[in-house]
Amino acid sequence: MKASSFLVSGIRTALVVSTLVCVQGAIASSATLDKIKATGAVTMGVRESSIPMSYTTGDSRFDGFHVEVCRMILNDIKAKLGLSTLRINYQPVTAQNRIPLVQNGTVDIECGTTTNNTARQRDVSFANTLYVEEVRIAVKANSGINSISQLAGKKVATTTGTTSVQLLRKHEKATGVNFDEVFGKDHADSFLLLESGRADAFVMDGSILAGNIANSRNPKDFKIVGEVLSVEPIAIMIRKDDPQFKADVNAAIAKIVANGSMPKLWDKWFLKPIPPKNSIVGLELSAATKNAWANLSDKPAEDYQKK
Amino acid sequence: MNMDFGVFCKSTLDGEPVQHCISSIFGIAQNADPSYLDWLMQAWFWTIAVACLSLMIALVIGAVMGTLRTLPNSSLSSRLLVWGATAWVELFRNIPILVQVFVWYHVIPSFILPLKELPSYLLVSIALGFFTSARIAEQVRAGIQSLPSGQMAAATALGMNRIQSYRYVILPMALRIVIPPLTSESMNVVKNSSVAFAVSVPELTLFAMQAQEETSRGIEIYLAVTLLYALSAFSVNRLLTWIERRTRIPGFVGTSTDPSLAH
Repeated sequence: MKASSFLVSGIRTALVVSTLVCVQGAIASSATLDKIKATGAVTMGVRESSIPMSYTTGDSRFDGFHVEVCRMILNDIKAKLGLSTLRINYQPVTAQNRIPLVQNGTVDIECGTTTNNTARQRDVSFANTLYVEEVRIAVKANSGINSISQLAGKKVATTTGTTSVQLLRKHEKATGVNFDEVFGKDHADSFLLLESGRADAFVMDGSILAGNIANSRNPKDFKIVGEVLSVEPIAIMIRKDDPQFKADVNAAIAKIVANGSMPKLWDKWFLKPIPPKNSIVGLELSAATKNAWANLSDKPAEDYQKK
Repeated sequence: MNMDFGVFCKSTLDGEPVQHCISSIFGIAQNADPSYLDWLMQAWFWTIAVACLSLMIALVIGAVMGTLRTLPNSSLSSRLLVWGATAWVELFRNIPILVQVFVWYHVIPSFILPLKELPSYLLVSIALGFFTSARIAEQVRAGIQSLPSGQMAAATALGMNRIQSYRYVILPMALRIVIPPLTSESMNVVKNSSVAFAVSVPELTLFAMQAQEETSRGIEIYLAVTLLYALSAFSVNRLLTWIERRTRIPGFVGTSTDPSLAH
């Protein structure tokens, strides 16, 4: 009896000790950082037409507000890992595949226009928010539409696979305003629906509206009107269960904010001419975004809705 | 990988489970807010509607064009008809289906303005119907030209004019011969109806993309959509197989084992 109980307690201790050692090992290492160090390359997820946050400037080159922030972050990580060169592979992603690609490790860091919300936090992790998006309405300047209540019975365009679709549905239910929804397959397509007259309004994040208007044939024909329909934090996406990498990314973000680069970046991408057509987006810095820089956090969109 | 099929019983507005999940799709009860299952059923209806409309357009126009391509070069009018049908087939065969859908939705309505008023599902059915009609025309032409030349000669000898010989002798046999490739083409129409998502028809593919984004449960959503597409295509297959069996003329099938029916 005594010998067997010694044996049991001995085995139990060994199990506990070995588990502690394994857990210790897991906490200390980071899958992403190990992969970057081993291959000398990192895959950045980018969008193709989310002007000016993350878009292609032609010839498989990608640029944008978030892309430039990510480059600065990766520079810091390169220095931290002690690598002499770090090759960045740009992987275009869509609203459909961005989360699965981050989950399965194809993309190490996604720098597009992904909203941080609780549903997505089940699958991926978000760095601290650097941009707070406001969902607005774009209409033709001569349409006389100024608010969402005037859209009753009109055609409203939005992009498939975005959070704006559900937002419009909730709005219809909440206010009883009934409009006809048309779906574009991507932002450029939805803007084309507005341009060609098949839709009377385009509901989407303000930066995407401003970017598409800036790049259209006659930007003066359009304007962004109406109340803010929703406030959403846009953040950089990284793998879940990799706290070391997340801490490094957030540390790099804190450094960028601390040395005052954020207002300059905003100016460069939102208020000055941007490639490829040297158009100006013309979106002013909102109080919500300034607040996000002052109080860095990764809280989800639901927390922003509670006022 | 954990799957949660309960996502279909969640409301599309706030993600809470709805009261009448299964009974609402049979019309017995009504949910206050639609669930993902209700939305899935509506999307399935749209897929079937676009597929049926396209198939009807394709079968009628395809049969006509295929028949016209088999006319002999005897007179100017028949040469013109052959040339017109050939132009139709070559035009719609050489352009990818998605490009054709965009042309019908964005380009042609800017020239023919009344088309802008048409709902998008009609435009996409026209596009898909014309695209498939070119393929059906070629299959019907193959069926007609596989018949021995004695058939047309015998019909003429019986005193039938061109239209009568096609109507009573040639086409009944030719169409029976091409039911197998027509079955494939009909199933293709069901599958190709997924291009309607690009012009905002709220069908299964658009449902899959949007619901996956909202619920983050891509595996369950795509499994359900795949199942419904397979079910729809397979039903079309079974229906046409039944038609094939019912309209088969005994003894005219090449692999028949009854020697007394050989001809």
